[in-house]
Amino acid sequence: MISRRKLLTAIAGLAGFATLRRTVNAQEPTENYNWNEHYYAFVVDTTRCIGCGRCVRACKIENEVPMVPFFFRTWVERWVWLKDHEEPNVDSPNGGFNGFPPKYDERGISKTYFVPKLCNQCERPPCVQVCPVGATYMTKDGVILVDEKYCIGCRYCIQACPYGARYLYPFDGPRETRRGTADKCTWCYHRITKGYKPACVEVCPTQARKFGDLMDPEDEVTKIVEEERIQVLKPEMGTRPTVYYLGLDSEVR
Amino acid sequence: MNEILWEALRNIDGYIYPNEIEVSWSVLIALYPYITGLVAGAFIVASLERIFKVEEVRPTYRLALLTALAFLLAAPIPLVAHLGRPERAFEIMTTPHLTSAMAGFGFVYAWYLLVVLLTEIYFDYRKDIISWAREYGGIKGFIYKILTLGEWDDSEESLKADQRVVNIVTIIGLPSAAILHGYVGFIFGSVKANIWWSSPLMPIIFLFSAMVSGIALVLLIYMASSYIRGVELDQACTDTLGGYLLYAYILDFGLEVMELIHIFYIQEEGFDAIVKLINEKIFLTFIVIQIIFGTLVPIFLLLIAKSKIFRFNVRKYLYIFATVLTLIGVFAMRWNVVIGGQVLSKTNMGYAYYTMPLLGPESASLAIAIWILPFIILAVLVKLLPPWEAPYKWEKTESE
Repeated sequence: MISRRKLLTAIAGLAGFATLRRTVNAQEPTENYNWNEHYYAFVVDTTRCIGCGRCVRACKIENEVPMVPFFFRTWVERWVWLKDHEEPNVDSPNGGFNGFPPKYDERGISKTYFVPKLCNQCERPPCVQVCPVGATYMTKDGVILVDEKYCIGCRYCIQACPYGARYLYPFDGPRETRRGTADKCTWCYHRITKGYKPACVEVCPTQARKFGDLMDPEDEVTKIVEEERIQVLKPEMGTRPTVYYLGLDSEVR
Repeated sequence: MNEILWEALRNIDGYIYPNEIEVSWSVLIALYPYITGLVAGAFIVASLERIFKVEEVRPTYRLALLTALAFLLAAPIPLVAHLGRPERAFEIMTTPHLTSAMAGFGFVYAWYLLVVLLTEIYFDYRKDIISWAREYGGIKGFIYKILTLGEWDDSEESLKADQRVVNIVTIIGLPSAAILHGYVGFIFGSVKANIWWSSPLMPIIFLFSAMVSGIALVLLIYMASSYIRGVELDQACTDTLGGYLLYAYILDFGLEVMELIHIFYIQEEGFDAIVKLINEKIFLTFIVIQIIFGTLVPIFLLLIAKSKIFRFNVRKYLYIFATVLTLIGVFAMRWNVVIGGQVLSKTNMGYAYYTMPLLGPESASLAIAIWILPFIILAVLVKLLPPWEAPYKWEKTESE
């Protein structure tokens, strides 16, 4: 007689393995990638995020982001509204890399949620507008990239981004060619153009992060964007983000 | 470098985006608008005599031009030193991205240096350069021979033509100076992500504070150089410049106050964060240094000087105090914009922490070195192209 816990773990493991196999088989790396045939979008379901930080870790490993708490392509914020407090308490220890150690007395909390953050890949990106040499640019499939061979490291784009999504790759960072240039989330462009999901989406255990192609009408993300009540961060900036949030609290910036 | 970041991490107040822990634009970027502002302001002093025919400030005309040139030559240094990839700096001129406010820098700079300043200085000095080239031998004479650019015609007619060129260049130069610095203000004012920067008034505020700092600098250099040379100050010139400094100050302060009133009356999102920024984070540099000692006190001193209740000997010291305070105050203004704007997080819920290292890249010592450099350049320029030669009637000092 195996315990219920073991049984559940086994089923989950099998299911996970099956899903993984299916995804990989269904989306073989494509040689002749045509960026006119895709337009990507990202959905963050804040009601599902458990703050485990797997996405932050996966991102740092996948993209050679320095393992220090100052540089992030993606991070997770913990928003806690305490009883008899007017303002929320927000923190993101090491960007959520190590998860979130308990900090508050549960009885004093009125509401709380995690908010994963990443580059919003805006349709009207201020970072692209201000780049003095055109090193940062928008791809046809809707991703903002930085040309590390071209960026002069002036950091104007870092200033222009309303979301704090960019940082200057440090001079002691592991990837030599990227040192001294601006770096940011690319939705794992090297993966998505081969038909894979971004690393953070791949590892998210609760499907709080979803990635899809708006040109594919059957895609889950397309359906969410078309049918659900979605929100974006700082809409007043007029940047038109393509990272859409579900269940976002109005205070979250 | 990491130590600074760890220290910054420990000193965060409230919640800021993790990528904001590193303050991207350092003291060098505060220094850059300060220096270009001095260039623009010094040029405006020069144009007072040329365009607006303020004859009293004639003794400072050439000095102002040389000052503008010395500071303009130093202006790109803090920018290039600050780049993550300084070896790619020229990409900004070879492949400019035209929607970027920053991409204009190379062109505005080249235009201002080559078309405006060097042209004006060459034509204004041409007659003297020719006479020096004839007078001196050796290396000095050789340098002057090169500076003539091969043109030895100093007939009455061609000298008249020179003056016409200078007048035209000054007329072009005045709006160029305004663009050079107004554009620097736009670099900050156009960043909508930053509530402390984003303002259509920013270019104009920068321009007027540039005028303030430039007039103060020229006045101070004029007084210092007269002291070094052991000549009497030209009373009318000093008082007139002091007067213009006062007028520029009143406009500058008026704009600054308008901006603040706007922020405090509109009370947009992030208003509370700005209030805390002013009251706690940059209180010393903003309220104390910039507003009180950098603006109100100099205005008060200049008003006293203007009223002429004191003798010139006393007024002289009022001017020295006022100009030194002005130069400190305007630097504080640049600091408060550049550093203050980054200390205030884009979350509107927290504040980053900026420390200026003493040594190394983007450090206080480098900033000071860059700040001293234009004075050294100016000393060389003054040696090479003395701004106080004939036609002015104080050659007697040459013998001293």
